[in-house]
Amino acid sequence: MNIICLGINHRTAGVEVRERFAVPASDLAGMARRFTAIEGVEELVILSTCNRVEFYAAGNGLASGYHALERFLVEHSGLTTPELDVVYRYDFPHSARHLFGVICGIDSMVVGETEVHGQVKQAYEEALRHGLTSRILNKLFQRAFRVAKQVRTRTSINRGSVSVGSVAADLAQRIFGSLGRCHALVLGTGETGEKTARSLRGRGLGSLVVANRSDEKARALAQDLGGRAVAFDGWLGALADADILITSTAAPYPVVRTRAVAEVMDRRPDRPLFIIDIAVPRDVEPEVQRVENVFLYDIDSLEAIAAQSLELRRREVTVCQEIIGEHVGEFSEWLARPAPERQPTARREGSADGLEAPHA
Amino acid sequence: MDRILLAAAAFCFLASFASTLYAFGARLRLPTRFNFVMVSAGFLFQTAFLWRRGGAVGRCPITNLFEVLVFLSWATVLLYLLVGPAYRLSLMGAFTSPLAFLLQGIAQGVVGDPGAVRAGTVNPWTELHAALSIVAYGAFALAAVAGTMYLVQQYQLKTRNLSTFFFELPPIRDLGLANHRLMTAGLVLLTAGLGAGLFAGHLPGALKLATACAVWALYAALLAGRRLFHLGAGRVAACSVAAFVLSLAALCGITLLSRTSLPG
Repeated sequence: MNIICLGINHRTAGVEVRERFAVPASDLAGMARRFTAIEGVEELVILSTCNRVEFYAAGNGLASGYHALERFLVEHSGLTTPELDVVYRYDFPHSARHLFGVICGIDSMVVGETEVHGQVKQAYEEALRHGLTSRILNKLFQRAFRVAKQVRTRTSINRGSVSVGSVAADLAQRIFGSLGRCHALVLGTGETGEKTARSLRGRGLGSLVVANRSDEKARALAQDLGGRAVAFDGWLGALADADILITSTAAPYPVVRTRAVAEVMDRRPDRPLFIIDIAVPRDVEPEVQRVENVFLYDIDSLEAIAAQSLELRRREVTVCQEIIGEHVGEFSEWLARPAPERQPTARREGSADGLEAPHA
Repeated sequence: MDRILLAAAAFCFLASFASTLYAFGARLRLPTRFNFVMVSAGFLFQTAFLWRRGGAVGRCPITNLFEVLVFLSWATVLLYLLVGPAYRLSLMGAFTSPLAFLLQGIAQGVVGDPGAVRAGTVNPWTELHAALSIVAYGAFALAAVAGTMYLVQQYQLKTRNLSTFFFELPPIRDLGLANHRLMTAGLVLLTAGLGAGLFAGHLPGALKLATACAVWALYAALLAGRRLFHLGAGRVAACSVAAFVLSLAALCGITLLSRTSLPG
């Protein structure tokens, strides 16, 4: 019995190749059935995301299955055979190690991202629903979910944020908790400021007002973000009600002065004010950070935190690989047992992730 | 048996604190569930000790400084168990356990257990007065814990030096609110305790009365200052820590000096 993995990802192929491999969700079942018709392929899961397309197959005599799978990919993607160099092929146990790495996010473009966990789960559920998996892949994927859970709890691989927008949103949540009752003031309509505002909106920000020298741009952005626009001259008044200030104006001098912020805070000493200054040159005087209950972050400090998080995640990769190694070892032992002894423990493993693998 | 119960409680608090330190050092997620279980277990051991001691002395077991400190440690943990999960401040356990351990450690290691002395007559008003006052001190202790957490969180946010700890601490706004509400609760309990003392039928000594009023006035001023003088949450948090240290010193002082050994 062998488990193979055949696929491409962001490291081996550019987007122009990946898009030719991509399998739309609606085609997954049909394509998978055609694969399982290939001799030697008994079980199959197809994982298709924007960064990877991978085929996990289990069966006896997969050597011939490999070639058949490749032929199929050539037909499906329109690639020529030499172009298939971008495709990686893993036999067991490397295929299992690869899957465990993928689900933990250590093989992702942004190390430690968690979205891929949901994508793997969805791919497996889809295969399960169509009866494309059986004892071996059920066991492998349930083990993968366990690995992901263990990695999440025992390492810092998912900690922190690695983009300016998400770092700002994370910090806002560390300051305010739920953002549902928070009001944000967006000063200027710079692109990064807009992205940050969107990121906050995505985390449930309560309300938002936009002020810009050009009223037209302010109104357009406010409409786009589901907020309202105020006149640029009135931004200081709006600041009194704001919990979060995002500034990204093109002004060549600081727009937000320490004295003005201190006066606002004097009237609301209990309410913290989180200022995200994304402008270059900076919109906010650095001394504002000294005002009590004000937390000022400029573009450099946000980028430094993002870089720090990424570095922390990279350092954790070794620990993740150790955990993965342990699980690959245990899984190999199970797979090496004679078939009758490989009774699935679906209930125990399935309950780890809310999935019930059928007894094969 | 009493010693075993207190040793078991101390072990639980210490284990909770040690696991937090280990997780922090190893950059792991903080063991909030483990902390909660260990603090709860420590609380049960303390409750068992106080129950036995209460039976032995025939009244609320706060007849000497040793018992007062154990009772205060118990009250602090009780309030944490009530307040911590409600405000999603379970990490407070990581901060509460060393305080509970410290209070109990002072009681056992420095003050020492003089043993149980059975009371003659028991005045229920005096009992209520003393018990409410110490629970109020427990609320002040927990406010100081929330205040310390606030200051740690504020330091990290201001210096932009975000350690692993940063991601485990509750939002700073929640910590400020918890700090304020716990001080308010403590002040209400202390007021009720002092009120119960008025019905006890005998006047306390001048020093005891002055200390009790001073502690009450200190927290009342802190809460009023927040509103009247626009004290920021950071300053209030720092003051709540200092106020608790002063109050604890005053509690120990008046308990040692008091003939009846009852605080308030």
